[in-house]
Amino acid sequence: MAISENKSERRLERIDRGIKARTDGIYALLSWREISYLMAPRTFLLMGLLVLPVFLPEVWQRVFCLAGIYSLLAIAFDFLFSYAGMVSLGGALWMGVGGYTVGILGSEFGLPPVFSLPIGTFLGGGICTVLLLPTLRLKGIYFAIATFIYPFIISHIIEALQIAGGTFGLADLPVIENGWVVLYVMAVLLTGIFFGIRRLVIEDVGMVFRSMMENDQAVSASGISITVLRTIAVYIASCIGCLAGGYLSVLYGWVGMSFFALDFSILPIAASVIGGPGTFAGSLLGAFILVPLTEFLRPFGPMRMVGYSVILALFVVLKPEGIFPYLTRKYNQFQRWVEV
Amino acid sequence: MSGKENGTVLRVERLSKMFGGVVALNDVTFEIKKGDILGVIGPNGSGKTTLINCITGFVKPTHGGVYFNGTDISGFTPHKIANMGIGRTFQVVRPYHTLPAYKNLIAPLFSARARHFPGSGGLGNRGGIAIDILEDVGFERDARVPYKPAGDLPLGYLKRLELARCIALRSDVMILDEVFSGLSAAEIASLVPLLERLNMDGVTLIMVEHRLKELFTLASKVVVLSFGVKLFEGNSDDALKDEKVKEAYFGKGKEGMI
Ligand SMILES: Nc1ncnc2c1ncn2[C@@H]1O[C@H](COP(=O)(O)OP(=O)(O)OP(=O)(O)O)[C@@H](O)[C@H]1O
Ligand SMILES: [Mg+2]
Repeated sequence: MAISENKSERRLERIDRGIKARTDGIYALLSWREISYLMAPRTFLLMGLLVLPVFLPEVWQRVFCLAGIYSLLAIAFDFLFSYAGMVSLGGALWMGVGGYTVGILGSEFGLPPVFSLPIGTFLGGGICTVLLLPTLRLKGIYFAIATFIYPFIISHIIEALQIAGGTFGLADLPVIENGWVVLYVMAVLLTGIFFGIRRLVIEDVGMVFRSMMENDQAVSASGISITVLRTIAVYIASCIGCLAGGYLSVLYGWVGMSFFALDFSILPIAASVIGGPGTFAGSLLGAFILVPLTEFLRPFGPMRMVGYSVILALFVVLKPEGIFPYLTRKYNQFQRWVEV
Repeated sequence: MSGKENGTVLRVERLSKMFGGVVALNDVTFEIKKGDILGVIGPNGSGKTTLINCITGFVKPTHGGVYFNGTDISGFTPHKIANMGIGRTFQVVRPYHTLPAYKNLIAPLFSARARHFPGSGGLGNRGGIAIDILEDVGFERDARVPYKPAGDLPLGYLKRLELARCIALRSDVMILDEVFSGLSAAEIASLVPLLERLNMDGVTLIMVEHRLKELFTLASKVVVLSFGVKLFEGNSDDALKDEKVKEAYFGKGKEGMI
């Protein structure tokens, strides 16, 4: 498929690379070159997620885990945004609820992470979904507002009533002692969730979600409840988000007010947008660019926000389609100028 | 009010709908028997689409009831009504533009109702069933039309896609809002046999139409609406002889074209 852009007298023509065309069908299996063409991007990603961490110095291993957390939040955002048509500003909500649920399971019930993390993930996802339920039958901006407001409300309640550790949070939570296990729990979970959600959106359920996005009344007329669909979508995203929050509490052995910080809502959205929404790979790429960048800019103190904003602005202006779609295009197509 | 015994499948009783000050439907009553084809006609803005929306739950009637197999369904949600067996098409077609045509049928095949029927496909084979249904309504499989994005298809196909959605849902009653409008005479001629076949398979059809000539080849009974009021109910042949209907369509004392 050739896409062309109009530019005065010359026209930029984009043409699929021969190998892209050849590998579209089953015939790709006939040559190693073509198999590698197909496998290369996935292999690259798997190597990055599963092998690279081994070679990272310890400081950067922590950055890797943080980038993983933001990736999960970005994937959850992207899923709701690109496949259910819902704008969630709820990164902080998920982090807080997930973090505190896992934290309370650890401090009150003494559960080790191997139990508290999975239970906290699904329980926290349920709690977020129930909190957001009243907005799910409404159209418009209510859902976005609710996801944004809840973190403030919850953190104020915790402070005012001095529950769940109050201002100081819950410290000395059970942690995973072995640093490699901590690292690889994130690497494996992230890989699994990334491929899992990419699979989900091309399955039948994914098609129903996308149908809802395009025309919700036609989906109602097809005998499917929009409220139920949205609830399912929010539950899936909330579980992924709460896993991120729960993981951070296990990583720190602590959970507190800062889990409700605005950063967790904003940065994942930025990651998803510069990476290319709808692809999930873009969310991953975006988070793995932005988070290390934030670390890198840390010595610059408050000035780092400036550098950070400039880089973000540049991306949005120069590559509005997102980095990942841009890379995909370069990989699959070449372009040339033709006179018209 | 049950009408099950005498074969009435759908009964609309004293239905009224106001939008602010606008009376879109005013005390409309009629019924349709199982396996019939009923035409609903009337000038623009006479409340035909509003009637469909009231029956299918997209709009809540101000007064009156809709009885489906004896159950009052007014106030039910659209998806519940769809699952009970009333399918509808939209006057302005509503394809899922970015999805391939056959993926447009995944949603209805995913519904509780369709899943209840054997042969509606489980995980993994809904796509195949969708393509069969599309071929049934006239999508050429060889030309790979079912795989094209719905947004790229011409109107004729999109109208068929609307019908296909009702078929995938296994609707007992299909309410079609102007399926013929915007189509050429040839396209309509090719749709008529499809509707006849559906009807032969036992589907009850309610057809809202402006194309009276084509409608009358199918529908034996019509209901005529004007300004939300039912002017006439009866045989289609008699409808155009009725003075009130003539007046509503052509204005007082004037002769015109349909
Ligand atoms: N959602 C709405 N809000 C306000 N008024 C409405 C609404 N829907 C319909 N109406 C009004 O109700 C009346 C009936 O409209 P309706 O769409 O049912 O007519 P129709 O018979 O389907 O017309 P057409 O042949 O043009 O499709 C019109 O006056 C219309 O303006
Ligand atoms: Mg209408």
